[in-house]
Amino acid sequence: MHAMTDISTLHYLVLGAALFLLGVIGVLTRRNVVIVLMSIELILNAVNLNLVAFSRYWQSIHGPSALHGQVFAIFVITDAAAEAAVGLGILIAFFRNKETVNVDEVNLLKW
Amino acid sequence: MHALVQYIESYLSSDKTPGTAGNWFWATVYVLLVFVGLSIAVIAMNWLERKILAHMQVRLGPMRVGPHGLLQPIADALKLLLKEDIIPDGADKVVFWIAPFIVVLAAFTVFVVVPFGPTHAITDMNIGILFMLGVSSLSVLGIVTAGWASNSHYPLIGALRSSAQMVSYEVAMGLAVVSAILMTSLNESSTGTLSMIGIVEAQKAQGEWFLFKFFPLGIIAFAIFAIAMVAETNRAPFDLPEAESELTAGFHTEYSGFRWSLFFLAEYSAMIAVSSIAVTLWLGGWLRPFPNLLHGTTWDLAFSFIPGIAFLLLGAMCFYNTARMPKHPLFKIQTIGLAGFGAVLALIGLVMFLPPVRERVGDIFWFSAKVAGFMYLYIWYRGTFPRYRFDQLMKVGWKVLLPTGLALLICTALWAMRSEVWTQVVVPVGMGFADFVRRLL
Amino acid sequence: MNPQIAGNPPVATPYFFYGLAAIMIIGGILVITRKNAVHSALALITTLLAQAALYLMLYAPFVAGVQIILYAGGIMVLFLFVIMLISIERAEKERQFNKQWLVGIAAAAALGGLFITVYTATTKGRVLFPEGRTSYVDMQNTQGIANLLFDQHGGTYMFAFEIASLLLLVAIIGAVVMAKKRI
Repeated sequence: MHAMTDISTLHYLVLGAALFLLGVIGVLTRRNVVIVLMSIELILNAVNLNLVAFSRYWQSIHGPSALHGQVFAIFVITDAAAEAAVGLGILIAFFRNKETVNVDEVNLLKW
Repeated sequence: MHALVQYIESYLSSDKTPGTAGNWFWATVYVLLVFVGLSIAVIAMNWLERKILAHMQVRLGPMRVGPHGLLQPIADALKLLLKEDIIPDGADKVVFWIAPFIVVLAAFTVFVVVPFGPTHAITDMNIGILFMLGVSSLSVLGIVTAGWASNSHYPLIGALRSSAQMVSYEVAMGLAVVSAILMTSLNESSTGTLSMIGIVEAQKAQGEWFLFKFFPLGIIAFAIFAIAMVAETNRAPFDLPEAESELTAGFHTEYSGFRWSLFFLAEYSAMIAVSSIAVTLWLGGWLRPFPNLLHGTTWDLAFSFIPGIAFLLLGAMCFYNTARMPKHPLFKIQTIGLAGFGAVLALIGLVMFLPPVRERVGDIFWFSAKVAGFMYLYIWYRGTFPRYRFDQLMKVGWKVLLPTGLALLICTALWAMRSEVWTQVVVPVGMGFADFVRRLL
Repeated sequence: MNPQIAGNPPVATPYFFYGLAAIMIIGGILVITRKNAVHSALALITTLLAQAALYLMLYAPFVAGVQIILYAGGIMVLFLFVIMLISIERAEKERQFNKQWLVGIAAAAALGGLFITVYTATTKGRVLFPEGRTSYVDMQNTQGIANLLFDQHGGTYMFAFEIASLLLLVAIIGAVVMAKKRI
């Protein structure tokens, strides 16, 4: 009944790609480490959105129990939690040593 | 027009919640009802807390505004709304504005899935309990941003404390909740549920509240939750984020007027929300007491009279106090007011005896009565326990509740699978060990 | 399972999708442009919540719940906590973007071009990515995920799940080692 206006998998993919790009720009251009970490979260979320959208598509082909994409998304969220914990831990150690939170001031490759 | 009426009436014959049935009209009605009921409950809690605390400390509490201070909450609300709205000079204006709304939204959104009865919930979600825990954990964001945006030391310390405290206690709380959810899967198909209504239905089907299930495991889980929920809502004895003797008022020191009242509203509705989680998970939700001990139509009828009787008793209490009012002419209006209040309560009680009403309000009454019990506990804690020190608080969370919760979860799982554990683990291992011993000899 | 629900498709799906997508994009732009890290974090939280709503639209309620409870309620609180711990006044007055920002933008633009090429590419007359209808499938989402994760017979991801728990353990130890002054 609404063939043109219906939301397809591609819509979600485009949205995911846009978020991914925003995340990439954030990671590549910002100096503040906290915001770089947040941009990484954006990237992971874009991936998650794609995974869940694909899972939806997969379900429409293989039946309702084909939830692999959603399981992947949950693993990615777990990963994001681990990444945030370690990343912020490193950030605190970094801040304690150098009194700064800017990425381009860590260019020694050693402490 | 006729189609609209039909649409509205079509829901009445369904046995689902309006959200599940997809009926927008009744969903809106339920949202409004829950919102109004919650606001009334918060107002009532405000009055009750002051009165009960006062009586615990052998004081009278508010007595001036209205008979026995009944109109005090309304006077307070008016005062708060008329107060000057101060935003500190160095505050982050936008965040300062948003923070109270985050807290209020989180506290109110939770009630979307709270089951007041088998069909009396706004909607029934597949992930009900997860939704409740998740959304109620969002309120910590509001508290943290409120403390940060105030640009002041006390609020910042309060916010840091509250975020540390709430994140810590969420873990123990989650473990207790998981052990209750594990119990919902003890049926033939062995599939559990996260839906709030499904959890209560599981207790009904198993003929036992989860509080008493696997004694003492259910009670321990409940105890962990009951401690963690006090910490989650930042109430005494865990009210360190707003400890008035150290941090003036903690994260809302710089807030005043309307926005402070939003924090107040959120605190009380969050209390009601976590209490309704506890009631749903362990105390059988809307189920009446003793469903399997005192069953049969006679007992059903007897229990269905209790809501009406309760309201009649409240009305009788009002009339008794009307008779005890001072006979001085200055107290004339107050005496009439109290008598009128008693009359309204008694009238509600009488209405609740009518069969059509009686059948519909029973479950709502039992749910609310159980939640009210928790509310009394909150006030009781506040009246009796001294405040914890912060390191003690962390110690209780991480070193007591968390290990207990983990052990409890494992014990519940083992006990639920006891026949499998016996036949597949204990017996083979025992046989192997016996064999080993035999060979040694 | 429940025919009456299956007969009621959700209303106005496209509007919800475009609204939420707009919120997410705006939130994402705010995340990478704000000077103040707390503002960025709030924008990111908005994005995450909108994404949880999108998961609900994709009939993935469990992932939506995990998204809210873990991302918005857990990870972002951690972020805010750390931002408050290391807040320095001068951070806002400094340069916000690093020197290679032009290269970064160029790389991102190249990546965007790649995305556009892939999404519009056709092989043998049909598009590479299917315009699959997200039709309604009524099912018990949480139980399905649990079956994939834990079931004895169909638990495809049980091993991965255990590995994930190991990953979390490593992360806990790593975070403690990093953040603690003296161990």
